[in-house]
Amino acid sequence: MRLTGAEMVVKTLEKNGVKIVFGYPGAANCPIIDKLSFSSIKHILTRNEQGAAHMASGYARVTRQAGVCTATSGPGATNLITGIATAYMDSIPMIALTGQVATNLIGKDAFQEVDITGATLPFTKHSYLIKDGLDIPRVVNEAFHIATTGRPGPVLIDFPMDILKAEFDYPDEDEEVSIRGYKLVARANESQVKKVAEAIRSAKKPVVLAGGGIVISDATAEFRKFVKETDIPVVSTMMGIGTVPTNSPRYYGMIGSHGAKRANMIFNRADLVIVMGSRLGDRTVANVKGLEDSGKLIHIDVDPAEIGKNVQPHIPVVGDIKDVLEQLTPLLKDYKADKSWTDEADELKRRFTHEPSGEDNGFINPKYFLSRLAEKTKSDVYLTTEVGQNQIWCANYFTFLSPETLLTSGGFGTMGYGLPAAIGASAALGGAKPVIAVMGDGSFQMDLPEMGTMAQWDIPVKMVLFRNNRLGMVHEHQFLLYKSNYQAVSIEGSPDFEMLAKAYGFDSATIKENSEIDAAIDKMLAADGSYLLVADVSPFEPTGDALNESILPKKEDN
Amino acid sequence: MERYTLSVLVENNPGVLSRVVGLFSRRGFNIHSLSVGTTQDPHVSRITIEVNGDAQTVEQVSKQLSKIMEVIKIKTLRDSEIVKRGLALVKVKVTSKTRSEVIEITSVFRANIVDISSNTLTVEITGHDRKIGAFLELVEPYGIEEISRTGMTALERGTNTLKIDK
Repeated sequence: MRLTGAEMVVKTLEKNGVKIVFGYPGAANCPIIDKLSFSSIKHILTRNEQGAAHMASGYARVTRQAGVCTATSGPGATNLITGIATAYMDSIPMIALTGQVATNLIGKDAFQEVDITGATLPFTKHSYLIKDGLDIPRVVNEAFHIATTGRPGPVLIDFPMDILKAEFDYPDEDEEVSIRGYKLVARANESQVKKVAEAIRSAKKPVVLAGGGIVISDATAEFRKFVKETDIPVVSTMMGIGTVPTNSPRYYGMIGSHGAKRANMIFNRADLVIVMGSRLGDRTVANVKGLEDSGKLIHIDVDPAEIGKNVQPHIPVVGDIKDVLEQLTPLLKDYKADKSWTDEADELKRRFTHEPSGEDNGFINPKYFLSRLAEKTKSDVYLTTEVGQNQIWCANYFTFLSPETLLTSGGFGTMGYGLPAAIGASAALGGAKPVIAVMGDGSFQMDLPEMGTMAQWDIPVKMVLFRNNRLGMVHEHQFLLYKSNYQAVSIEGSPDFEMLAKAYGFDSATIKENSEIDAAIDKMLAADGSYLLVADVSPFEPTGDALNESILPKKEDN
Repeated sequence: MERYTLSVLVENNPGVLSRVVGLFSRRGFNIHSLSVGTTQDPHVSRITIEVNGDAQTVEQVSKQLSKIMEVIKIKTLRDSEIVKRGLALVKVKVTSKTRSEVIEITSVFRANIVDISSNTLTVEITGHDRKIGAFLELVEPYGIEEISRTGMTALERGTNTLKIDK
């Protein structure tokens, strides 16, 4: 069968189960956009390519399949970059399809030419520049295989325009994907898993640090079974939130620089830390003692390079968390964590959990708001965050019953992520569940034109905007560390957001008192389609429970 | 800090070298020397990289390199396990008086004279870093016009090989 390069791309996307491509057209990727219109795949036009990449990420997190985005050559491709790097840092499967100038113009500084495979080299799992159209089916299939297996990540394929337009013999059958340099981790080493079980049995104060790897390896059920049977206290990273419901008795909160004090304290008092699917990033281990010195450390990860990268573990286990848990839990059949230890942890939880106040004082308490939002929605929603105070408030005060329901840029910390991620998630869900985008007024303004995407494609997102006319987290940083020399953190001059939402055709409301919250949330959830709820918060609302609690470590944390 | 030699088999594709080298600079690892060439299989190239570091760092380098799709196989080798050679072309200044002295040094090192002019001698010397270093030290007083050196390339001693699993 004779097919053009672009037809081969689209056909292979269909074979890989792609339903939606998020993108933005230009001359170089126009052949793909053209052929998509004759396929079963829907192309959703965004307002900026960065939005397309974040939407693909939101789509991927909800469907647990690779999200696909497309952009043209040059500036289109470079606009994708932040989204690709965001996906890379959070191990999100993504395929980025970029148009490139024609083969004979590559290297000539042609109009809209950029070396995008070179530019994205540090933060793609792999990338391809197509030189021969016959490679297209193989490369696209390989890209899906690479993006979705092992430790997932983004894969970029760059297609010169002439190859997309030329005709080739399309093979009747796809070759089986076989990449000899791609080593997937086999079953975890049994004797290492036995060592883990022995270490747990001989520990007095074990704690599990749950990371995003549990979610990625689809091991939430196995993990919950492990926790239920062993009674070992669980703390989590940002990406591991919800691996056990955040309201469950054995969950003590997120650790790290912006974590809960109780979680950091429990972590520091433990004599055995079992790290599952976390790369132990600097933010995670910021407010906890030197991991190597404090008792024993077990590190379980599917990526061998993560083990020993930041911290040297006493017992390394290379393996898929699901497989490791399936081996480990039966070895601990009659084991339960010491009651004196779980009592100690419970006592810390009781002492250091603060119910946020719902009293009226002229501002919305965002922590109280989020606890009300969880209550009102029964947590049966997907929630995206931006980056800044809003992210930490969500992580610490919303109740997450399942890890897939929190969509946040944990590793890269990308402002402007939440709204497009919510759009991608909502497009994937097709209205099956509400998607709520919690934002600050700084991050909202990074990608707010994507409201146009929501309006055009009728993709509902409930937007909650915590407004303080500040870049709140930096404002707090300057208060604590720069003697209140507030520079470049005021965003006065922002538009009337309620009016702006209405201009896009969405209903909107603004609240200023905590007593208004319940009714406002009811109204937002009942609204047809997208909605913007503006909640005015104080510029001095602390990120943590109290000002300076999180950012500045204190002695008694240990 | 110790010297390790990484022998890396890679797909002979364009761009592989930049993936490998980019990883070193990005993750703050230092390359002491590097050489690349094809193997008996035209689809496979061998990159030989000398790195200085402690065992943990070198292990991390090797693990990160393994993640590159086009890296097929890696072996970390110590000097005692390998034969290692590099090549240097050295253009030495000579006069009619000093020419024979330089030729003599060259022959002691079993190096070759590959070009000659009235004022210069170009010497090709192969060997371990230390041998080349010693030669350069000896000819330095005559005046070195130019040096061009390759990275080290290496093979394991004995019957050990770096084979691709079928």
